[in-house]
Amino acid sequence: MRVESAVSRLHPTVVLWLAVGWVGYAVLPWYGVDGNFFSFFWLGEGYPFEEDVAPALFLVAQGLKLWLAPLAILLLLPLLAWGRRKNDPFFGKLLIAVGALGLAWMLFQGFGIGLRGWRFGWLTMLFGELEDRQFGMGYGALLTACAFLFLFTLGLAARGAVGGDVFVVGSIGFVVAIVALFVFMPILQMLANALLTPDGVYSFSAFAGKFLSAKLWSLDCLVGGRRCGVAWNSLFLAILVGILSTLLGLAFALVATRTGFRFRRLLRALTVLPIITPAFVIGLAVILLFGLSGAFTQLSATVFGTQPTRWVYGLPGLLIAQTLAFTPVAFLVLIGVVEGVSPSMEEAAQTLRAGRWQTFLTVTLPLMRPGLANAFLLGFIESMADFGNPLVLGGNFDVLSTEIFFAIVGAQNDPALAAILAIVLLFFTLAAFYAQRFWLGRRSYTTMSGKGDAGVHARLPTSLRYALYGIVGFWVALTVVVYATIVYGSFVTLWGVDQSLTLKHYHQAFDVGWNEFGLHWRGSAWGSFWTTIIIALVSAPLTAAVGLLTAYLLARQNFAGKNAFEFGTMLSFAIPGTVIGVSYVIAFNVPPIELTGTGIILVLSFIFRNMPVGVRAGIASMSQIDRSLDESSLTLGASSWQTFRRIVLPLLRPAIVAALVYSFVRAMTAISAIIFLVSGRYDMATSYIVGRVENNEYGIAIAYSTVLIVVMLAVIGLMQLLVGSRRIGRRVSNAPGGQTAIAGAG
Amino acid sequence: MTKIRGNAASVSFEHVVKTYPGVSTPAVDDVSFAIEAGKLVTLLGPSGCGKTTTLRMIAGLEMPTSGRILIGGGDVTQLPATERDVSMVFQSYALFPHMTVMENVGYGLKFSGYSKAEATVRARAGLELVGLSGYEERLPSELSGGQQQRVAVARALVLEPQVLLFDEPLSNLDAKLRRQVREEIRDIQTKLGLTVVYVTHDQEEALAVSDRIIVMNKAVIAQDGSPRELYDAPASAFVADFIGEANVLSCKVESVSGQVAKVSVGPISITTPARGHQSGPAKLAIRPNRIAISPAGTKNSLPGTVGKATYVGSHMEYVVETASGSLFVVSPDVGAVHEPGQAIGLVFPAGGPVLVD
Ligand SMILES: Nc1ncnc2c1ncn2[C@@H]1O[C@H](COP(=O)(O)OP(=O)(O)O)[C@@H](O)[C@H]1O
Ligand SMILES: [Mg+2]
Repeated sequence: MRVESAVSRLHPTVVLWLAVGWVGYAVLPWYGVDGNFFSFFWLGEGYPFEEDVAPALFLVAQGLKLWLAPLAILLLLPLLAWGRRKNDPFFGKLLIAVGALGLAWMLFQGFGIGLRGWRFGWLTMLFGELEDRQFGMGYGALLTACAFLFLFTLGLAARGAVGGDVFVVGSIGFVVAIVALFVFMPILQMLANALLTPDGVYSFSAFAGKFLSAKLWSLDCLVGGRRCGVAWNSLFLAILVGILSTLLGLAFALVATRTGFRFRRLLRALTVLPIITPAFVIGLAVILLFGLSGAFTQLSATVFGTQPTRWVYGLPGLLIAQTLAFTPVAFLVLIGVVEGVSPSMEEAAQTLRAGRWQTFLTVTLPLMRPGLANAFLLGFIESMADFGNPLVLGGNFDVLSTEIFFAIVGAQNDPALAAILAIVLLFFTLAAFYAQRFWLGRRSYTTMSGKGDAGVHARLPTSLRYALYGIVGFWVALTVVVYATIVYGSFVTLWGVDQSLTLKHYHQAFDVGWNEFGLHWRGSAWGSFWTTIIIALVSAPLTAAVGLLTAYLLARQNFAGKNAFEFGTMLSFAIPGTVIGVSYVIAFNVPPIELTGTGIILVLSFIFRNMPVGVRAGIASMSQIDRSLDESSLTLGASSWQTFRRIVLPLLRPAIVAALVYSFVRAMTAISAIIFLVSGRYDMATSYIVGRVENNEYGIAIAYSTVLIVVMLAVIGLMQLLVGSRRIGRRVSNAPGGQTAIAGAG
Repeated sequence: MTKIRGNAASVSFEHVVKTYPGVSTPAVDDVSFAIEAGKLVTLLGPSGCGKTTTLRMIAGLEMPTSGRILIGGGDVTQLPATERDVSMVFQSYALFPHMTVMENVGYGLKFSGYSKAEATVRARAGLELVGLSGYEERLPSELSGGQQQRVAVARALVLEPQVLLFDEPLSNLDAKLRRQVREEIRDIQTKLGLTVVYVTHDQEEALAVSDRIIVMNKAVIAQDGSPRELYDAPASAFVADFIGEANVLSCKVESVSGQVAKVSVGPISITTPARGHQSGPAKLAIRPNRIAISPAGTKNSLPGTVGKATYVGSHMEYVVETASGSLFVVSPDVGAVHEPGQAIGLVFPAGGPVLVD
């Protein structure tokens, strides 16, 4: 029988979260401990009585931090639900009240009481001076907060929210909580801080003055002037890059999946190269090739006698570098979509007398619309947020992201200006986001129906096929040259000056030796290297998990406030890394959440920067899986969690691979956010490399980049093996004999 | 040998309303019915009348806006699909493309507390029941439409649900298979004594398989009864026309005495069960095969002219023009053919015409 018969004394989910809550309250240290929690050194530091490492219960029992006492009472109250069924109104109301009060109290005490007692004047007025103080919350507080959150969502589910589904309501609550905490809160804090004038007052006129300045909006270049506003530059570049990378990505996806092209595996591997390269490394290579003393520039000067110019600095160079860098993202998004288009749709079109071109134009391409829109959006936003390439290649072509950086770290030191530029950037990216939704409209693009899809993808029109080969061939050649330059450059003593070959860069960075303790990582790069690997390995699965869970909620569940929810989860993507970095530094430097200088803050910044890619890839794939598959699983007695795990996830494997690969790679290659967040203990590879570039040590920088690329290739190969490819029977036409055989798609 | 058993329970709707968010008119409007355990009941109606919505509310895939749903006497209104003991066969079958036939059929068993060995045995029993032994390791894409359909049925059956739901299960099959599969469904249903709720828009299918039919129209129940009742005594012109064909004529109820009404249609006058009608204008439904053709001028006959005569082998079909409109008449007499243009009289035998709303 599926309907639970016996009423256990206390609902098992309540038991679970009460246990978690009490472990957090009475067992683990309430406040953050200095140093690695998991080394358990704190057990030897006077635990559980010493104030710094004591659990909340022991603090309160000793008469310390008495504001934590009400939490104990709240953690006892759910026992009143003893013997109540889940559909008893009292059960739901009790849990909602306990959860909401618990969370509210934790927020209130966390933000109200800081390092120097009350943090707000009105609290002091109300309650008088507080002699005590508190530090950032730790694992104890984290578990207790989780317990309150999930008791709250359990209560909501019991009251019938989202069809009474505990897993779905809990997931929504979880995503809302983390997005609020790690996206909205830092941004709001930064905006508030930044709207202040240097004198510490809020000023609207100063804001308006900066917002409307000609530096941002001037259109001089259209009427023959020297340059246009920074905002227009960014927008123009982003649109071009978005279109170019989408088209190239589509060309690659088509060649890789729809043609009998013999080297398509190789091709697939090659498209991955740029994505695993820190973007600014491509910029460097472009300079080494086309810059004033670049290889091609020199070549054409000697062969054709052309005058070397700086043409590549600015829009042309940025366009080349960013298109090279972001096409693979578009490819990763599009390949899942191209594979997902149901062959029976194309077969239907062909039986309706559509030729190959007509089938492609009227069926295949329109069915890929969600993928195309997503790919464009990603390219657009990536370009808007890219920071490394404009820094290296921008020349006089200023864009928003670098302006933000210089507004904060440069001589101006004007956080208000940075915030205003960020608002403009945000406006553009959000506009693109809405334009995309408008374009997709309410049409359905579901093509994977519940009936096992039999059929063969239509072959591409011949002329299109050759055009694709041409485009892809050119791109491949360019990529090969760029990477050859990078690898070669890592062995060159000093590019453009001393072209002799050497291994000294590798020695300097990655030397390994033996000493009395065994293996000795002697090279200067090892520290940042291991940190980067660990941080990337930790954040990739977390990012993919959060991203796909969010995608599932958005694509498959209906609940009040869903639009706001989607907006919130996509917002972090529209915020350039620079802004995220600065806002995290501002928000997480002081209690209640103190994270600066830890590895956690790096992991968090990666999760919330990269999650939207997982979300979009997940939504695009999920919109191709018919809902009746989930529904039949539900009617067969699987819970929504089991349905998610056994039906949705297996069918989403391409999206999972995409999300894992993407977030791992981004964690290894990102620069803009983490340059603010790294610390002595947690230095990252990219910030180390940028440091070398700043010192003009190009050799070691490029050598390090080469090593990173090789390592990422290895890890990605492993991930692909682990996750495997989607197993759906699909008839594949066998060239000789025309028999049909069955093979896993992809 | 493990046998798949029935586990039938009753289903009832009490004033159920379902309004989809963002849609002003309800998809199901104040619907009440009770389905006995062990019966096959069909929801019949034109496309868009709310059948699927009703079915999905039984399954727990949609939650009613108001009203109560009971299964086996227990209130399940707030229970999500997972926690209801109801299985559904989808119109698209919804077989999981990444699982074999065996994995598909065993899917629900995994969540019902069966051991692995037991689940395998049951899944095999289920496949045997639908005649698909030997197909265990195939993928759905390697099966024909009819076979996919049977896998979907087996997958639902092995859970021995209290209620089994079918949403237009035959719509993806060819005509010959359709008859065969619907008989198989009916056989399994009677053999195991299942409660089945079956959605279709095909009246012939509904008449053939059902113990009872609930006819829906525009989000409400138009009539609820046995196939015989619906055919012989349709409650409304809509039902009369939707189930089998019917001529609907305007008429006038002259007088009502007890259960019997005196009704006049043009020059003729007949008596028929009143069915709650009062004196005044009304509508009369007459099946084409319940009209007799007699020579013009026969006593108490409706005068008319033959407009069209079609020979269809087993019987003759006529369109007869009368003062009350054109009537469709079916005559078993293929010997005496009435030519177009011929004047005739139409006689309505007792029990033929019914007053409808
Ligand atoms: N998810 C939905 N959102 C809004 N309206 C819907 C939805 N599903 C069905 N409807 C509407 O509800 C009505 C009944 O639909 P349905 O139950 O599917 O009809 P049937 O199965 O009888 O053809 C239709 O008018 C349809 O447009
Ligand atoms: Mg329907």
